[in-house]
Amino acid sequence: MNSMNPSLSNENVQRDTAEPVPVDAREQPAESVIEYGKTVGTPFSDKPKFSLRDVEVYYGDSPAIKGISLDIAKNEVIAFIGPSGCGKSTFLRCLNRMNDSIDICRVKGQLELDGQDLYDPKRDVVELRARVGMVFQKPNPFPKSIYDNVAYGPRIHGLANRKSELDDIVENSLRKAGLWNEVKDRLDAPATGMSGGQQQRLCIARTIAVSPEVVLMDEPCSALDPIATARVEELIAELSESYTIIIVTHSMQQAARVSDRTAYFHLGHLVEVNETNKVFTTPEHELTESYITGRFG
Amino acid sequence: MQPANLFPLIVVLVAIAFALGYARSRALAAPLGGIRNLKSLPFYYAARAAMWCGLPALVVLACWLGFEGKVIQTLVVGGLPPELQPDSAGKASLVLSQISNVASGALSADFVPPAVAEAATRLTELRQSSQLLMTLLVVAIAVLGGFLAWLRIAPHINAREKFETTLRRIFFACAAVAILTTVGIVFSVIFETIRFFGKVPITEFLFGSSWSPQTAIRADQVGAEGAFGMIPLFVGTLLISVIAMVVAVPVGLLSAIYLSEYASKRMRGIVKPLLEMLAGVPTVVYGFFAALTVAPFISDLAKVLGLEASAESALAAGLVMGIMIIPFVSSLSDDVINAVPQSLRDGSLALGATQSETMKKVIFPAALPGIMGGILLAVSRAIGETMIVVMAAGLAANLTANPLDAVTTVTVQIVTLLVGDQEFDSAKTLAAFALGMMLFIVTLALNIIALHVVRKYREQYD
Repeated sequence: MNSMNPSLSNENVQRDTAEPVPVDAREQPAESVIEYGKTVGTPFSDKPKFSLRDVEVYYGDSPAIKGISLDIAKNEVIAFIGPSGCGKSTFLRCLNRMNDSIDICRVKGQLELDGQDLYDPKRDVVELRARVGMVFQKPNPFPKSIYDNVAYGPRIHGLANRKSELDDIVENSLRKAGLWNEVKDRLDAPATGMSGGQQQRLCIARTIAVSPEVVLMDEPCSALDPIATARVEELIAELSESYTIIIVTHSMQQAARVSDRTAYFHLGHLVEVNETNKVFTTPEHELTESYITGRFG
Repeated sequence: MQPANLFPLIVVLVAIAFALGYARSRALAAPLGGIRNLKSLPFYYAARAAMWCGLPALVVLACWLGFEGKVIQTLVVGGLPPELQPDSAGKASLVLSQISNVASGALSADFVPPAVAEAATRLTELRQSSQLLMTLLVVAIAVLGGFLAWLRIAPHINAREKFETTLRRIFFACAAVAILTTVGIVFSVIFETIRFFGKVPITEFLFGSSWSPQTAIRADQVGAEGAFGMIPLFVGTLLISVIAMVVAVPVGLLSAIYLSEYASKRMRGIVKPLLEMLAGVPTVVYGFFAALTVAPFISDLAKVLGLEASAESALAAGLVMGIMIIPFVSSLSDDVINAVPQSLRDGSLALGATQSETMKKVIFPAALPGIMGGILLAVSRAIGETMIVVMAAGLAANLTANPLDAVTTVTVQIVTLLVGDQEFDSAKTLAAFALGMMLFIVTLALNIIALHVVRKYREQYD
């Protein structure tokens, strides 16, 4: 599998550590040592939730994702790591078609959820997004009350027939997000008045109120302090029992703490996918090793 | 020298002062080891010299031009023999115009008393010497100012700070011009309004329901009693504004939503400028569109439907005014909707909401205060609009809510009251100022509310 020229990449990597070079040059070493569409480790699974083959994404004419194949199993937590601009967020946003709203973005390849094509023209995006929820980098509560934020999804999808059912959904979601005790007395208060960590947990509660099967998280803790981060990570661990979770993160410790598998992205390629333990102790690919040991990125 | 020639001369002097100041600061810096040893860069020393040269000279020039006429007049009139001394303000202006007509050659000196001819000669002399004196004074001040500033260039002086301070004051003066103008307008209107309320009781003006501003010129004239109740005018204004908003708000708002949420980049690039072209159409063009096309169409249509409609109707004026206001509403709403963070859209879409659900339940509520602000600004624009209503709404001060009737508005009445030869002490003319005052108060209140709403909205997600 590892068929690239080691001497070339070593040279580059070493030069990288020896003396500071411009950022552009730092990102250069990689492309030549990655074979197109090849991924080291265990990218495939027997019973995939998501089955993704030869995915390519273009912004206009420039490719952002260059032939990625990956399976994501049911109820696993998989972390996407990699340097900025490597395409992990772009790839994540393909999974619930959030890239649709970007005019110049084109997605190619075979993307399936439970064996059904995601990008089938006849596919109902609304139904897809109800099944694949998403939590964003920056907490983005609606400028409404806490209650209305959580009730938003269930109301759109008509999940509750009566007020009491809706109340139950809101309470359950907030409980699952570990927020109920903090907000139960002020459900009518505006959500924008909460702390950043609370807002992010509210966004998670809002997402799971729709009962999705998969939750995509795009750097959910990057705007939070360490305490709030710890809360969210606990939450991810709890949620992993009932949901498939795909998390993009810049924190390798976070990836190590919360995920079952870790995928390393580099310049639009998926370089390595392995058990999280293995990635962080004995990475197979030299680029992964360079990244997790902090040589670049 | 004519003031028009004096101004370029000052500019030249300023340029010279700048160049000399620049050279001197560099020359001073050279023995110290370069411009780094100056407290400020040479540019600032030079700019300071230029300011000292130009500003006082310009101020003196402005003052001279401002007071010259009055002073010369006083001197000329004062020099007339006692029997020709004017005993009233009206006489004085008559005498003065006679003198200046003689001086300019429009009136032959043979037709006037010798004293007046003499005064005319003196006027010409005074004007010439004034111009000479002014030229000398201004040039002297410019040269002196420039020279003093040039002399005072020294390495230890922080010219930059002083230059910046002066600049700040100049900017402040410019801002003050706008503010003072507004204040001046308000006061001029207030005084005339007070005079009006001396003739017509304020309660009659505010609550009277009949408007007929023809007052008797002679005591024995009949049938022109004069009634100054503003209610019919404000009702007319309100009626037309409401019709305009009924047209402009839905169309403007929905097109803003289309442009910001649905239109592709290319479409937006085409549609938005076209829509904004509406704002560039002169109101007088809208006016005759309303009067010549829309009003007859409406009256014909009403006839077909068996309704009674006058040739000029509130509906025609309101419809066209609504079209005129569309770009206001759509442009302001578009800005506000675009200002709603993309993250809110993403958040809603990611929950499986459709685009219209996102619009209706997230974007629109978040943008609503800003949209309200935009609409209020559009309303004050509608209330103050004049040309369309002058041409299409009519002059009859009907107190009616029927959009097919002719109505009149505050602005139309102001125009008709002030057009033509008017004496400025009749209640009829002064009523225009009172109406202007009321209009000003209403639009000011709307603008304050709008600004307040917009500001409150800004706090929401920042």
